Amino acid sequence: MDPMLRLILAQGMLGLNNGVFYALLSLGLAVIFGLLDVVNFAHGALYMTGAFLAIILYSYVGIWVGLSWLHVGFWAALVLAPILVACFGMLFERFALRWLYGLDPIYSLLLTFGATLVLQGLFINFFSASGTPYPGMPAELRGIVNLGFMMFPKYRLFAIVFSIAVCLVVWYVIERTRIGALLRAGTENPELVKAFGINVPRMITLTFGFGTGLAGLAGVLAAPIYSVTPLMGADLIIIVFAIVVIGGMGSIMGAVVTGLTLGLLEGIVKVFYAPAANTVVFILMVVVLLVRPAGLFGRQR
Amino acid sequence: MSMSDIGEFDDHLPTSEQGRSRLAQRAMWVLLVGFVGLAPFMLYPVFVMQLLCFALFACALNLLIGFTGLLSFGHAAFFGGAAYITGYLLTSLGFPPLLGVIAGALFSAALGAVVGALAIRRQGIYFAMITLALAQIVYFFALQLPFTGGENGLQGIPRGHLLGFIDLNQSLAMYYFVAAVFLAGFLLIYRIIHSPFGQVLQAIRENEPRALSLGYNVNRFKLIAFILSAGIAGLAGATKCIVFQFASLTDVHWQMSGEVILMTLLGGLGTMFGPVVGAFIVVTLQQALAGIGSWVQVVIGATFMACVLLFRRGVVGELARILKINSL
Repeated sequence: MDPMLRLILAQGMLGLNNGVFYALLSLGLAVIFGLLDVVNFAHGALYMTGAFLAIILYSYVGIWVGLSWLHVGFWAALVLAPILVACFGMLFERFALRWLYGLDPIYSLLLTFGATLVLQGLFINFFSASGTPYPGMPAELRGIVNLGFMMFPKYRLFAIVFSIAVCLVVWYVIERTRIGALLRAGTENPELVKAFGINVPRMITLTFGFGTGLAGLAGVLAAPIYSVTPLMGADLIIIVFAIVVIGGMGSIMGAVVTGLTLGLLEGIVKVFYAPAANTVVFILMVVVLLVRPAGLFGRQR
Repeated sequence: MSMSDIGEFDDHLPTSEQGRSRLAQRAMWVLLVGFVGLAPFMLYPVFVMQLLCFALFACALNLLIGFTGLLSFGHAAFFGGAAYITGYLLTSLGFPPLLGVIAGALFSAALGAVVGALAIRRQGIYFAMITLALAQIVYFFALQLPFTGGENGLQGIPRGHLLGFIDLNQSLAMYYFVAAVFLAGFLLIYRIIHSPFGQVLQAIRENEPRALSLGYNVNRFKLIAFILSAGIAGLAGATKCIVFQFASLTDVHWQMSGEVILMTLLGGLGTMFGPVVGAFIVVTLQQALAGIGSWVQVVIGATFMACVLLFRRGVVGELARILKINSL
């Protein structure tokens, strides 16, 4: 195979690997924004919390309950950590965010920004700022597979496939099921949905929990790949914001597709001009703003 | 977009309230000028200089958030960007301090023209996200351009001689230079807000479609407000880099953009003196809590949340409400 093509494919795979995290996070943001009109700044911090929960479950929980041999492994963390993050999200929605409905959405952005600082500060205090490796990579996902054009870590391949599957399931639930229909109706006209006897405030709480749970899930998936640091979500969330501006927050599929594509694009740009890889998403955002201000999949509100 | 908790200007008040309002404003002016004039004899001058730089920065942001209703989440780019430019001009090209500060502010105003022109294409929450993302580009430039010193930033920026004969290495001379810059910037903002132009900005804040239907070119007003705000933020950043003799990545980081929003919010959005009070509280808090390390961030974040949930008028806004004054 042509070495240039091989390099592009290889960087493309790594880019796709980042892209699935963009997709998962912008999906969660879009789900929350759709119903609540809230841009959750804390999404990155909750992603970071998910990653740290995976470490805490593996390394600390056993010691806390007095069973030092007990390590809550990756698969259990993949279920437990998102649930814990979702519970935290629901408490946050119920006891803080709810007070701000009906005000300018900017206040809820600022509230979640404050929450971000608190979460980051807490984790910096309890863990080192420099990064903690995740010790609990499951044995069946260790090793590498031959993709024909490159040797690719088995775990990363799993992360890509699993994340895309999650995105598709979420899309199916929202676009094709009764629950999803209620959600979408709630977005359009909450009063009418209330009149059908649906408990809209509870639906909002659950939706926020679900969206934040997705961030937690992304965090657990990221833990074995990236080094887990208190700031890992902070820089990511700004990229995800740019992706959301590019895609427009109108559609679930739009969020997923834009996330994946931009990850891929970032990887490929790295082949040609590495220093631009950090900024390509932002530059694309500028171009989209000039050409199509509402975003690729969005409607101007 | 409406920010219902913001203090409004209203000329149709009974004369007694107008009189009280005027009196309160005068009292605030006396307090402010008195504080700025006498502070270095009571407090550590470097602390007061830091305070004044951040106060000006917060006032610049307030022109945008408080008086035009545009939440910029990327103002650190103008503050820090000017710090880098001024630092570079002073260190490598031997610019005198005054010219360096002016050049830094002009650079930020130009940067503001570009960022503003892009950001005003979307409204509300998107505006905030776009400014945040564009500021991140500036951050990456500050990290990667050859003259910025990368992770270390610019260090050892010389203070130089003001107008050729005032040695800014002397603490008091430096202080009164900063005080003059602060008062000039503050007065400029005061004039902008109380001009017909400022009244249109407030009309846009209150009801953008109505301002549009009255025939105002809303986007042009927004853009000019953005450029002015960016330029004054740059003025603050440029001055700060001369005081501390360094420009660092902290100055351009999004967390700085957040902190200055907190200062403005805590003091009172849309109040003239609020951002100064807010900056005073936040900078003092940071100094006082410096010993507890990263818990500072937790405290700042919690303050932010408390402020948004319980205290949206801010200190000066609440004060104005209690005294039944419509603007402070």
